[in-house]
Amino acid sequence: MRKDIHCTVNGMEREFNVDVRSSLLEMLRGEEHAHSVKKGCEVGECGACTVLIDGRPFVSCIYLAIWAEGKDIMTSEGLVDKNGKLSDIQEAFISEGAVQCGFCTPGFIMSAIPIINADRKYSRDEIKKWIAGNFCRCTGYQKIVDAIEKTQEKRLREKGLLK
Amino acid sequence: MAVTHDTHSGNRKIIGSSVDRVDARAKVTGSAAYAEDLMPEKYLTAMVLHSTVAHANVVKIDISKALEVKGVVDIVTCFDVPDLPFPTAGHPWSTEKKHQDIADRLLLNRHVRFYGDDIAAVVAENDIACKHALKLIEVEYEELPHVFDAQEAAQDGAPLIHPERTDTNVLVHSSYDVGDYDEAIKEPGLVKIERNYQTPIVQHCHIEGVNSFAYEEQGKMVCVSSTQIPHIVRRVCSQATGLPMGDIRIIKPYIGGGFGNKQDVLTEPLNIFLSKRLGGRCVKLFYTREEVFVSTRVRHAMNFRLTSWVRKDGTFAARKVLVYSNQGAYASHAHALAANAVNAYRMMYPYSAIHGDAYTVYTNLPTAGAMRAYGIPQIGFALESHIDDICDEMGFDRIEFRLKNMMKIGYRDPQTTITCHSTGLAECIRKGAEFSDFLRKQKTYGKGQTGPVRRGIGMGIFCYKTGVYPISLETSACRMVLNQDGSIQLQMGATEIGQGADTVFAQMAAEELGFSFNRVHILSTQDTDVTPFDTGAYASRQTYVSGMAVKKTARKMKSEILAYASTMIHKDPGDLDIEDDMVVHVGSREPLIAVSEVAMEACYSLTNSKHIAAEETHHCTDNTYSFGVCFAEVEVDIPMAQIQVLNIVNVHDSGTIINTKTASGQVHGGMSMGLGYALSERIIIDEKTGRVLNNNLLDYKLMTSMDTPELHDLFVETDDPTGPFGNKSLGEPPVIPVAPAIRNAVKNATGVAIDANPLYPERLFHAFKEAGLIGE
Repeated sequence: MRKDIHCTVNGMEREFNVDVRSSLLEMLRGEEHAHSVKKGCEVGECGACTVLIDGRPFVSCIYLAIWAEGKDIMTSEGLVDKNGKLSDIQEAFISEGAVQCGFCTPGFIMSAIPIINADRKYSRDEIKKWIAGNFCRCTGYQKIVDAIEKTQEKRLREKGLLK
Repeated sequence: MAVTHDTHSGNRKIIGSSVDRVDARAKVTGSAAYAEDLMPEKYLTAMVLHSTVAHANVVKIDISKALEVKGVVDIVTCFDVPDLPFPTAGHPWSTEKKHQDIADRLLLNRHVRFYGDDIAAVVAENDIACKHALKLIEVEYEELPHVFDAQEAAQDGAPLIHPERTDTNVLVHSSYDVGDYDEAIKEPGLVKIERNYQTPIVQHCHIEGVNSFAYEEQGKMVCVSSTQIPHIVRRVCSQATGLPMGDIRIIKPYIGGGFGNKQDVLTEPLNIFLSKRLGGRCVKLFYTREEVFVSTRVRHAMNFRLTSWVRKDGTFAARKVLVYSNQGAYASHAHALAANAVNAYRMMYPYSAIHGDAYTVYTNLPTAGAMRAYGIPQIGFALESHIDDICDEMGFDRIEFRLKNMMKIGYRDPQTTITCHSTGLAECIRKGAEFSDFLRKQKTYGKGQTGPVRRGIGMGIFCYKTGVYPISLETSACRMVLNQDGSIQLQMGATEIGQGADTVFAQMAAEELGFSFNRVHILSTQDTDVTPFDTGAYASRQTYVSGMAVKKTARKMKSEILAYASTMIHKDPGDLDIEDDMVVHVGSREPLIAVSEVAMEACYSLTNSKHIAAEETHHCTDNTYSFGVCFAEVEVDIPMAQIQVLNIVNVHDSGTIINTKTASGQVHGGMSMGLGYALSERIIIDEKTGRVLNNNLLDYKLMTSMDTPELHDLFVETDDPTGPFGNKSLGEPPVIPVAPAIRNAVKNATGVAIDANPLYPERLFHAFKEAGLIGE
């Protein structure tokens, strides 16, 4: 059985016709060609397919496509502005050396968004807890935590919440 | 032309800096294409039926019900595949028969040798039909007795796993002698210390699974694969299918990690076979995470017996190693790992009589292959645990004992001839000890502690080769093409697998050419129809071997550019050099003409057009050792059987560091994998059936961010005379010293020696109970 789904993907209104059994991961990788959404396990273990749904991180492999009706979905592609300028968190992942094979990277970046959007500082331990649903086998997480920490501090400074 | 190492490191601009990775932008946006991102719109799905018994002959397979599933296109069973046994190891092919890899499997196997063996494949129009059909295939087995333990499997009378090959399960038994062990142990006054150590089966857990897709194009079978070794995959696909090598084309895009699992030929031969049967229609063969755990490769479990004969002055008179390496069902990399382990045992503390014995044995378990550091994490755990056991028993200082007995500069290994051209190990130890406050803490901790929570500090050292010479061929080619704007295209046969190879190759090319970093464009994809030859990413070889190919090619390229420039500015090419993208006078450094101007003229000159390019092969005939140490401080909660790592530092001598940021990243990743090896990672096998019980990322405990302490990495840079820029191996080594350092720290804290990793709570509990630290 198929169903029409209306939702917003990276700020654009979209309509999809999906098999009701398909996951949001399949919907985004399929017609939407959002290839930043990576398939690492398909059972919600690894976090590589993390996207934001109404601002909150979800693993899209165990989120049915039909549940996306009316939702606002964001992937790493959506963090780049219309002139191709990267967001601060993407820049920080590059400059801190948080990227190696890159397969887990977009998922980590999406998991980090609520932290860097928050109005308070998260400690390194809090950051580690927040991203514990994402696996990385290359980096040992250290530089990923560095990138998130630097970006949140930058944003708090911009908001005047941190000196 | 022999390229020699020059030590003008003071003038280097790009080598040793921390430029951003060349592929990072593409990876943070999702535009970097991995295998699945390159799939065409229309394709068929293939899935493999795996055996549900550990050892059997397949008597009959009934596919009639499965064929009725709507959408099923083709079903192939083990009775339909060509009788072409093939090897899978990512080794350079040996043209000498006795050194060739063991060919012991077919595309699908009638003789099932482990729980998870490949026995049939379904091709269907979609995943759901494929999965459904798999469930409807009925298999009749004639079950055979199985054996899971390597020592048991090596005994006469054990069930034979490859009776078609030999009448024993021992693939190889090798031994060596340095000096006369039996004579050396007769020396009066020696103390004999003998212990057994065990390491577990673990899995690579790269976040992208194992996958490929194949199709026919212009009469060729094309296979896009997540592999570390595209040129080797092409050769093996030819051996497995009977197709000529030139009729096969392997494309390797970005890959989501490999760690040695993808230094093996996995899905590709069957994938090509299935597509070929269907007239070259595109077929994808993507393994699930659960299949990756069981039916690709794992790290060898090894059982060691180490015997040391030690003098009262803290030197060795004689040492002996015996290892049984559990190969699992198929040969894959086979004995190379056990041999590597016992060789490293010799090299690390080489100054005494040494006897080595290594057995690699087939069992009815998942196939073991290459995994980061290739046998050395295993011997590293055993040997460095043993060194602490010697020090504890005989009252030696743990650092002094190692400094006295470890490999020194100038050592030439009697078996392999590999020579210690440079070593900063003593300085690594000094630096790490200072960073971790080792000397003070090992005294404060240790025996004096009482109470349920105790602290300890431990260490482990290692040496590691760089590449596979002289055991195997070391060869690499590089190509450079000048663009009209004076930038270059850099093409490597060597592969980027996440470790940062593309970035350091671009740095090397820019440095040697006198170009800015951003004037070097590296092509990341390897395509065996286009890319120069290289055997691929393994053995931490690429910066050393392929790096020299970059250096040689850049020198040739530079001379080509200068030769053309000399015709434009009427100077002797010998008087010219390139600096900051300008042709300059070699002595005065006066800029004479921009490389971009030379490039434009060379391309479009009406009288003298020349398309400037260079290609060189580096046939490497040397090797060198990198070194390092880990210091780890732990807190052990004895009644809770929990270990908390309070502080951990790795210090490495990998020669000159090409990129400080990516080098640090390699160390962190290795430390993380080492922590998993020390504390939690192991494949759990059902003792009755041989089934892997934790074939997923929830039940297999790899490190999460919350499990990982702050990781500290330090370097001692040496200038190795044989490395292209003074550099030595780095990618694999950081994993090696972590597990023994933690084991030794736990021993320092509690006095309890745990001789098998990982140190997970249940194992700790039993050990503490046996030692009387936990009451009834």
